[in-house]
Amino acid sequence: MAKIELTDVRKVYPGNVEAVKGVSLSIPDGSFVVLVGPSGCGKSTLLRMVAGLESISSGTVEIGERVVNELEPAERDIAMVFQNYALYPHMSVRGNLQYGLKNRKMASDEIARRVDAAAKMLEIGPLLDRKPGQLSGGQRQRVAMGRALVREPAAFLFDEPLSNLDAKLRVQMRAEIRRLQRRLGTTSLYVTHDQLEAMTLADKLVVLNSGRIEQVGSPMDVYEKPASLFVATFIGSPAMNLLPVGEGGVPGVSASDHLLSPGGRPQILGVRPEHMRLVAETDATQPGDAIFELTVNGVEVVGAESFVYGGLPQGGPEVAVRVAGYSHLEPGTQVRAATSHDAFHRFDRESGRRIVVA
Amino acid sequence: MDGRTPFAGTALQKAVFPNKLLPYLLLAPQVAITIVFFYWPASQALYQSMLKEDPFGLKSQFVGLRNFAQVLGDPDYLNSVKVTIVFSVSTAVLAMALALFLATAAEKVVRGKGFYRTMLIWPYAVAPAVAGLLWLFMFNPSMGTFAYLLRSAGYRWNPLLDGDQAMLLVVVAAAWKQISYNFLFFVAALQSVPRSLIEAAAIDGASSTKRFWTIVFPLIAPTTFFLLVVNTVYAFFDTFGIIDAVTGGGPAQATQTLVYKVYNDGFVNLDLGGSAAQSVILMAIVIALTAVQFRYVEKRVHYA
Ligand SMILES: Nc1ncnc2c1ncn2[C@@H]1O[C@H](COP(=O)(O)OP(=O)(O)OP(=O)(O)O)[C@@H](O)[C@H]1O
Ligand SMILES: [Mg+2]
Repeated sequence: MAKIELTDVRKVYPGNVEAVKGVSLSIPDGSFVVLVGPSGCGKSTLLRMVAGLESISSGTVEIGERVVNELEPAERDIAMVFQNYALYPHMSVRGNLQYGLKNRKMASDEIARRVDAAAKMLEIGPLLDRKPGQLSGGQRQRVAMGRALVREPAAFLFDEPLSNLDAKLRVQMRAEIRRLQRRLGTTSLYVTHDQLEAMTLADKLVVLNSGRIEQVGSPMDVYEKPASLFVATFIGSPAMNLLPVGEGGVPGVSASDHLLSPGGRPQILGVRPEHMRLVAETDATQPGDAIFELTVNGVEVVGAESFVYGGLPQGGPEVAVRVAGYSHLEPGTQVRAATSHDAFHRFDRESGRRIVVA
Repeated sequence: MDGRTPFAGTALQKAVFPNKLLPYLLLAPQVAITIVFFYWPASQALYQSMLKEDPFGLKSQFVGLRNFAQVLGDPDYLNSVKVTIVFSVSTAVLAMALALFLATAAEKVVRGKGFYRTMLIWPYAVAPAVAGLLWLFMFNPSMGTFAYLLRSAGYRWNPLLDGDQAMLLVVVAAAWKQISYNFLFFVAALQSVPRSLIEAAAIDGASSTKRFWTIVFPLIAPTTFFLLVVNTVYAFFDTFGIIDAVTGGGPAQATQTLVYKVYNDGFVNLDLGGSAAQSVILMAIVIALTAVQFRYVEKRVHYA
């Protein structure tokens, strides 16, 4: 049990590649923090610096109350689950689980107790005598988790542990990881590029973009109040609709002048597909609604819901509208979509930062 | 899959030839080569080993297994067996241990990796006899640089008289030449060990020595086993040139290996029957050795 504290952490790889550009982050004791971001943004690098597998170019990493910059991975009291599981192929599952305990010269009855407890918790008891090569992907994943569990470390570090599993198993293991973490209360830092995984697992979500933190917050916070255009488009699927606001407002969108006036600086308006609705010609829209005149380009049916993609008369970015159930709209159909005023997000067009409306 | 048979799982396709003759024609070159270069000489050796020739090679006489009895009863021959064992084991172990050490060191080199590797691979291009001469010159008691250094350090160095020193010299020369080859294989094997395994072991609290012996070494075992077979065969057969150049089997037969003795008895002393009997025994030894290696050592090898 320990908190993890990163202070202005940087990583410069040989060849002057700056992978992490000054990250400060505090991970409270027992919490589940997820680092999410696109490929190459420095997530793994950051995690590996915490693990001690990568040197820290500057800044400090604290685990518990100790600065661990100069400590070996083994001395940091952490356990890590790798993307490819990194199981020792020549050892049995039991051998894999107890390797770290034996290295620490733990008494053999304590080792047996912990291995059995972990095997029971993860339901891998019957596999203990097999080699990793004789396991399925999901079973390997469990063994990799088990190897981290038996150590009873101060913190778990996960680097995309589910990305090699099929979609169904991924959802199942995701729930299981969450349940285990809750039960054990071990501080966890979890890296993924899958925003759905990030949203469902995190107590605290950290969005990373090319080596910098874009936003830190609870998943709902990040979703509802994205701090920047980057976060707005990265979190949520399909992505938030973005509309550049010009001198004359947004062509094809009618709304009160207040909403569409640039207010001094060039802005971009954002609205999530689920905050839009299709309205019939005759429908009375709420006062203050913005109305979009769209020509349908295509429909994506997901099952319980469909997304209608349409273009505005003057061109510009495509707009997605969520509708419940199955949509039969043909491409070329003219439709009208409405969204309420308070569903809009405002971003500064130059800096990309969110504009907080007082 | 334990991977003991490389094609386990992939059922080999059975080719069906419409022509009855074609398959045999296709096999013929391979079969011919094997017959001409292996079975024929081997059967000749077997035949020769049961003959006794007069000293002028004019007539020969069938003597059954008497040549074998004579060879096996000869203390010189038994000495040669002992010499071969000492020589082969030392050469294989030294060549493999040094190569593995250099390969692990090469892993750690950050700058100039390619240069370092190239330099280490060069000795393999040197012919055995030349390699022998090289070491002979360096350690020749009368003109060798290293011999001079050894002697000025107060060490009585004279491989021309001291059998143990002669053995040391041929072992080092033979191993030196084989290191490059082993090095190449070990470098490739080490590179195939996933880095994340080593990192996982580091997090699991294993020191770098422990990581090497408990993770890396077991994972490169297939390569080590392969090299063990190759190096043993090398030490048995391919070191003739080195021994001939450096010691000529001496002093007092201290470096006379089985292969060297076959040559010496057959071509120098012209005892063709005895020499042929030795060849046959040698063949049997190598077959047995390889069988044993595959049967016992390979069982302990893990193929990932
Ligand atoms: N050993 C290295 N040497 C030089 N540059 C590196 C090294 N490792 C990573 N990088 C660079 O650092 C940046 C961040 O890499 P990192 O592996 O942390 O990305 P990531 O966010 O984990 O991406 P992914 O989701 O694809 O795993 C990348 O631009 C990468 O090219
Ligand atoms: Mg990564």
